[in-house]
Amino acid sequence: MAKMTLIDAINMAMAHELENDDRVVVYGEDVGVNGGVFRATIGLQERFGEERVMDTPLAESMIAGMGVGMAAQGLRPVGEIQFSGFIYPGFDQIISHAARLRNRTRGRMTCPLVIRAPFGGGIHAPEHHSESTEALFAHIPGLRTVIPSSPQRAYGLLLAAIRCPDPVIFFEPNRLYRLTKQEVEDNGEALPLDVCFVLREGTDVTLISWAPAMNETLKAAAELEEEGISCEVIDVATIAPLDMETILDSVAKTGRAVIVHEAPRNVGVGAEIAANLAEHGIYDLRAPIQRVTGYDTVMPLAKMEKQYLPSTARIKDAARRTMED
Amino acid sequence: MKTVAKFEIGFEQYLDPEGKPTKKLPRTANKEELLKLYRLMTLVRIFDTKAIALQRTGKLGTYASSLGHEAAHAAIGVAMKEKDCLAPMYREYAAQIERGVKMSEILLYWGGDERGSNFSGPAHDFPWCVPIATQYLHAAGAAAAFKYRKEERVAVTVIGDGGTSEGDFYEAINAAGAWQLPFVGVVVNNKWAISVPLEKQTAAETLAQKGVAAGIECVQVDGNDIVAMREVMEKALAKARAGKGPTLIEALTYRLHDHTTADDASRYRSDEEVKAHESKEPLIRLRKYLMEQGWWTEEDEEKLIEECRAEVDEAVSEYQNIEPPGVEDMFDYHFEEITEPLAEQREVAIREARRNG
Ligand SMILES: Cc1ncc(C[n+]2csc(CCOP(=O)(O)OP(=O)(O)O)c2C)c(N)n1
Ligand SMILES: [Mg+2]
Repeated sequence: MAKMTLIDAINMAMAHELENDDRVVVYGEDVGVNGGVFRATIGLQERFGEERVMDTPLAESMIAGMGVGMAAQGLRPVGEIQFSGFIYPGFDQIISHAARLRNRTRGRMTCPLVIRAPFGGGIHAPEHHSESTEALFAHIPGLRTVIPSSPQRAYGLLLAAIRCPDPVIFFEPNRLYRLTKQEVEDNGEALPLDVCFVLREGTDVTLISWAPAMNETLKAAAELEEEGISCEVIDVATIAPLDMETILDSVAKTGRAVIVHEAPRNVGVGAEIAANLAEHGIYDLRAPIQRVTGYDTVMPLAKMEKQYLPSTARIKDAARRTMED
Repeated sequence: MKTVAKFEIGFEQYLDPEGKPTKKLPRTANKEELLKLYRLMTLVRIFDTKAIALQRTGKLGTYASSLGHEAAHAAIGVAMKEKDCLAPMYREYAAQIERGVKMSEILLYWGGDERGSNFSGPAHDFPWCVPIATQYLHAAGAAAAFKYRKEERVAVTVIGDGGTSEGDFYEAINAAGAWQLPFVGVVVNNKWAISVPLEKQTAAETLAQKGVAAGIECVQVDGNDIVAMREVMEKALAKARAGKGPTLIEALTYRLHDHTTADDASRYRSDEEVKAHESKEPLIRLRKYLMEQGWWTEEDEEKLIEECRAEVDEAVSEYQNIEPPGVEDMFDYHFEEITEPLAEQREVAIREARRNG
């Protein structure tokens, strides 16, 4: 089994599906010859040809809209948006069409489209390259939103996304692309698209996170352990639909919840999780739910990025607050 | 079938790559003006080299070089009046510097500091625009505002070859035509959109002809020929100012550097191709012409380079010595007055910043 980075695992999942399903096509700006600006599609055009791995003109509405067309007519398109911050020209196509085609036609037509995009902050990128906008997509009926945070989960979830009969927004935390390596077997085994992952078991407090903030959350859990606070850590990963069962089970055990995300706090996915905890788990809670999030500001440029992103220290503080009962 | 409409795309050039006039030069190509342009282009070239060096040594973030584009950009800056409005993309430094933006402010922006976009120069100019093609609509809107108030002002905007594939580009030139706006759109065709060559971007023979569909005047120009570029800009601006409608200008040039410092162009284009374009770049051609006229000597050149280096060094030290912003900077510009929830978060951020030293 090979040790690989998250971006290698993404590449491997696309290669696996290109190899095994001739309906699959990969397309986007700079994905062919250049292998993508992060190299997520490196080698794919060489291996599978220009007809299946296509450089497109520079147009996101075209990427999303042609994706709808290709998907509706029997292909399994995997489109790349160069950064999630450039997805907006394609928003209309994603929301008005990809997400609704099945419903509008009472199932006569479907849209098995995957839109992949690098996502999140922490790499000192230029303006518009670092935002976390999962809530915008999670809010749309008919869409699935998925964000892996480890090589294994990236591989299994991307396979599932490509095989999914409905549209999937697949965000890839660019800060984690090459941060760590993990053994990933190219076994073609997909992961479910509606189940959270318990990454660490604990008894005192449940830390719930996803995307690049998973990194700081896991660090906080390890450090809190040394202080005698035992953390259970959940990677939500499948943002929509949301697997509340796993989260509720964990909080039933720990009685405390800290939600961590990079996106702004206001109407973030954390609010949805907190509302569900309040509705269905309030009697299990032994302390107020805590949220550690980005501020309700525009994602700052590189110089201020660190001040914006939820830090391990802020996560630890929040966990300690839940223990003050 | 009878022909119902016919179109031609003109190509403008005054100086060939050898610096030889291809026809009689226009009025603006006098000694004083050409020396001013040569100075500006040289300054930007030296600034560019310095910015790349800063990035390579970790003192600047990702940077988009303007190497090879200097003539197209300088002509835009020089032809515009201060009261006109520029909606740039992200690499038109010569145009911006001519309009009063400081080099230290350009560095601030690419260094990851928002204060760079609160730049000197005309306060009505738009900041850098990374979401491709969106700026074209801002310029159309600015032009609509000028027309509404009956002001003799023109909105000028810039886009790349790749950008002309976006919907916003077509929407902007179409609206500019439909409303006969005081709008000048420049397409800086440097043959590449990151790794995608022009042939893969479009089947159109020229990018200028995209203006035909919008019903606006369009022209192609040798964007490495500062004389032609300036002349075409002046004409388009005068036309727009006189209320006679918009123009789309395709400037042919070549991106001699990587797309940005985060890119490695050797992955997708050959050295031979780049080499072939090096001899056509805009500074060589203007220098040859100036020397031929006896307006420029090797000594002048050396002196100019020294002066420009000193000016750039000063800008770099200004950039490096500016006090970093406090964390409040992140909160204070979202609304005219900060909202209560945001004010609370601002306090938290200040406390956090203090804790982290
Ligand atoms: C809407 C949008 N999509 C994608 C990008 C990523 N991107 C930045 S520059 C670029 C290529 C631009 O090429 P071109 O328009 O030719 O301008 P050039 O950089 O060559 O001057 C791309 C794809 C972006 N900034 N905005
Ligand atoms: Mg280009």
